[in-house]
Amino acid sequence: MSDCDCSLLVLGEDEAQDYTMQDYAGAMPRWCPGCGDHGILTSVQRLLEEEQLAPERTVFVSGIGCSSRLPHYLKTYGFHGLHGRALPVATGVKLSRPDLHVFAVMGDGDCCSIGAGHWMHATRYNVDMVALMLDNEIYGLTKNQTSPTTPQGHPSNTQPRGSYLPPLNPLSATLGISNASFVAQTSDWVPAHLYATLRAAYRHRGFAFVRILQRCPQYSTKIFDSFLRDPSRTELLIHERGIDVPEVADLYPNRRRHDPSDLDAARAVAQDTSMARLGVFYQNESHPRYEETRHVPPHSVDERLELLTAEFDRHAI
Amino acid sequence: MDAHTGASTMAAPPEPTSHPRLLRLAEHTLEILSDPGEGAQKCGQIFGEASARMGNGVWTVEIIPAEIQPPARSPAGGSGNRIRVGQGPVTNWGDHANLVVAFNEQVLLGRHDLDALADDAIVLIENRWASEDDEVIRKQWESAMAQLTTRNYRIIEVPMETECLEVVDAPRKGKNMFVLGMLCWIYRRDLETVREIVARQFRKKSAEVVEMNHALLDVGYRWAEAHLDFQFDIPCTPPSVPMVVTNGNQAVALGAIAAGMELCAMYPITPATSVSHYLGDIFERFGGIVHQAEDEIAAAGVAIGASYAGKVAFTVTSGPGLALKTEFIGLAVMGEVPLVVVDVQRGGPSTGLPTKVEQSDLLAALFAQAGDAPRVVIAPATIEECFNAMITARRIAETFRCVVIVLTDANLATGVQPWIRPELDRRWLADPVDQAAVPNGVRPYEWDPNTGLSRRFIPGQPGGMHTLTGLAHDERSTVAYTPDVHQRGCEMRSRKLAVLQNALKPPPVHGDSDGDLLIVGWGSTKGAIEEAVDRVRAEGQRVSSTHLTFLSPMHPGLRELFARFGKVMTVEINYSDAPTAPYITQENRRLGQLAWLLRASTLVDVDCWTKVPGEPLRPARIHAAIRDALSHERNP
Ligand SMILES: Cc1ncc(C[n+]2csc(CCOP(=O)(O)OP(=O)(O)O)c2C)c(N)n1
Ligand code: SF4
Ligand SMILES: [Mg+2]
Repeated sequence: MSDCDCSLLVLGEDEAQDYTMQDYAGAMPRWCPGCGDHGILTSVQRLLEEEQLAPERTVFVSGIGCSSRLPHYLKTYGFHGLHGRALPVATGVKLSRPDLHVFAVMGDGDCCSIGAGHWMHATRYNVDMVALMLDNEIYGLTKNQTSPTTPQGHPSNTQPRGSYLPPLNPLSATLGISNASFVAQTSDWVPAHLYATLRAAYRHRGFAFVRILQRCPQYSTKIFDSFLRDPSRTELLIHERGIDVPEVADLYPNRRRHDPSDLDAARAVAQDTSMARLGVFYQNESHPRYEETRHVPPHSVDERLELLTAEFDRHAI
Repeated sequence: MDAHTGASTMAAPPEPTSHPRLLRLAEHTLEILSDPGEGAQKCGQIFGEASARMGNGVWTVEIIPAEIQPPARSPAGGSGNRIRVGQGPVTNWGDHANLVVAFNEQVLLGRHDLDALADDAIVLIENRWASEDDEVIRKQWESAMAQLTTRNYRIIEVPMETECLEVVDAPRKGKNMFVLGMLCWIYRRDLETVREIVARQFRKKSAEVVEMNHALLDVGYRWAEAHLDFQFDIPCTPPSVPMVVTNGNQAVALGAIAAGMELCAMYPITPATSVSHYLGDIFERFGGIVHQAEDEIAAAGVAIGASYAGKVAFTVTSGPGLALKTEFIGLAVMGEVPLVVVDVQRGGPSTGLPTKVEQSDLLAALFAQAGDAPRVVIAPATIEECFNAMITARRIAETFRCVVIVLTDANLATGVQPWIRPELDRRWLADPVDQAAVPNGVRPYEWDPNTGLSRRFIPGQPGGMHTLTGLAHDERSTVAYTPDVHQRGCEMRSRKLAVLQNALKPPPVHGDSDGDLLIVGWGSTKGAIEEAVDRVRAEGQRVSSTHLTFLSPMHPGLRELFARFGKVMTVEINYSDAPTAPYITQENRRLGQLAWLLRASTLVDVDCWTKVPGEPLRPARIHAAIRDALSHERNP
């Protein structure tokens, strides 16, 4: 994400101030011990600190779910809204205030089920923001119901004999939408990769969609266990235009050179779900960004009064 | 010419006469009807505007088929305008049309079936169908004429297309200007004014197009002059103050701009969409944008996001869209994000009557919500009030950090009327928030314990960082489920309405301040109700009316006002059970929506007369209902 000069409030560049991790710490997190969301929060705070984002000019918009509690644990502006509806609110914020750094935080139910329509359209609007989908492949907050990304056969309280359908593939789905400009996947248990992905997403100009595989020790341990136990089930996508995290190379020997500018290759790699692939699938900064397309220069009160007078003249009798 | 049996006269145009009969009238109602695409609406709009400019009172309503492409020549497919023109101000569409111009007999039949024509109406009808090659059409014409002649209409056949051929090759497109010319002669409209409006309407077209339309106008005018034996004179008083002519949706759009709004988020829905069409055309020049969202939910979300970020935003919709926005409205109430929602009501439930007027969203506007979600609901009654309502709505939404729902309807949306040009006020356009840093220690819901009012924070303000939440929260916006925190939050959000109510005045009374019957209305029915009340008052009855602009909170003083009348009855365009219908008792009778509210808030035994005819209420029907109510009062 980048700064844009247009704004209702011209507050200037972020003050050159030294922000520390402490400056981004909000309320005490209330997630279960071992929940992947803890690590994601830490990576987010690290990103804010490394990028020195002014807390007052940073907005985290979320939906409803365990994952959507994240804004409460930050000390930026937060908007903890409705289940499934983080993206329209975030779009409204960025559309009217391009000077703000906007993040949307969603769960898999939030993004891929109740809010699926908004996800598709937000991808197409390509508003400059980071959209994080914290995908524990289950409904956490409401206590263990099947989500669209739950693997087929995984039991839950609503589908105790195992989920009936093959899961929805959020990466393929996003890559199928016109104007998609950044699609990446990472996981909470590879913090260095997680951080590098967040940074790439933040620096991307456009709608940066990041699916974060997230452990839920309460309800979906089984789903992620095999990845944690067996590193050969993970593959890193590496490229000089994507991300490369040398620190984790030892741990994950499977590495695939994937050029994130190649959409067909991205779709092919995303389609194959036999492994967990971490990295940038696709990036393209040449797509139009909605808030720039729709940008109109602000008008002073005097100008508006004059124009309105002229408009009334057209209706005058 | 065929001579039809029946009472109505059916004739070729009368012989030319050098002395047409000139009738002086206080008012007249005319309708112009065609198949969609034949331009009757444009003709009606120009006629209405010219009449307003000349200084007549005018009320114009669109007659809209519910389908986009109804079959040609179908009774339900008529498209056009009703224009009521008067010597003084005209506040509603009246009762019956006194003169109708129809491009074919089927659209005329459609209006006849709806009892839209006065018994002695003059009908000017295109006569080509009588001699059409297609036998089916000739038969249709004959059978239509047989039905129409059961009334006392004076039917005059007009060779519209034949006449237009003088000027154009494809007369179907030019007929409306011919008709306009004809009407100009009949109503003695100032031709220069009309020519000027026509030129403006076609300003984006070539000079030849304008010329051709002017020529058609002349042909119509001359034809009428040569063939008609009557002319109407409705005295005009040129307006002494500057006036504008718009429909209600244009007034909403202009009001939004005048109120300093910067973002309109919407999803297309009849009859609200034209607000966004008009804004889509002009808003960017003012620095504003129309965001067409993927659905109504997203539209509400974008507006809320923008407002939260410090913009002045609104969303506009109709009933089904209001239903979808419900959850977000609750969030705006809970988070105290200022939000203006315009609901241009149409017939419901479900898809209902998409193009027709109804006032059935009142209770939804007040109550449709999970949990207690107090909000402000205001209902403009005139087109001018549509403009003003937007300014009021923004002011209230920001001052009280609340949701304001503006209820207009299809009648206001498409009705065209002259209104006094507003004096614009720069304060209306002020920036919404003080952007200074939040003083140390001030919390995001620093509720004044008496009023519930608190200072609004927006992102960008140093020191104001907090997470707005739809969960129960305390002054810090910290989530808390303890009983006293939730009780207090509810109290504070509700208190704001009481504070607003304290600033309101009792509604004005039309007529005497006491009597036998008080009619209570809201929204677009005001003109028709007051006209009906005037008629019963002229008969010597002690009847008055009052019209409510504020539905939530309610105007103060209603209980005292109602106590001064023997009976109180609402008149509304929504459904209520007829008291005499099978199974209906005092106990189970479902009432008009305002009647429910008034009973609850005043404990007065308020009665109601409501209908859902899919058209604006006619004064004559309200008049009859009032008479009925009075006779019931006297002989229960
Ligand atoms: C309109 C609406 N429907 C349902 C709910 C209940 N609900 C809250 S969170 C949630 C699902 C949470 O799952 P997910 O989005 O995956 O987030 P997680 O808790 O797993 O992080 C549901 C169904 C709600 N709050 N609002
Ligand atoms: S239920 Fe799962 S997702 Fe929710 S906090 Fe606990 S571990 Fe995390
Ligand atoms: Mg989940």
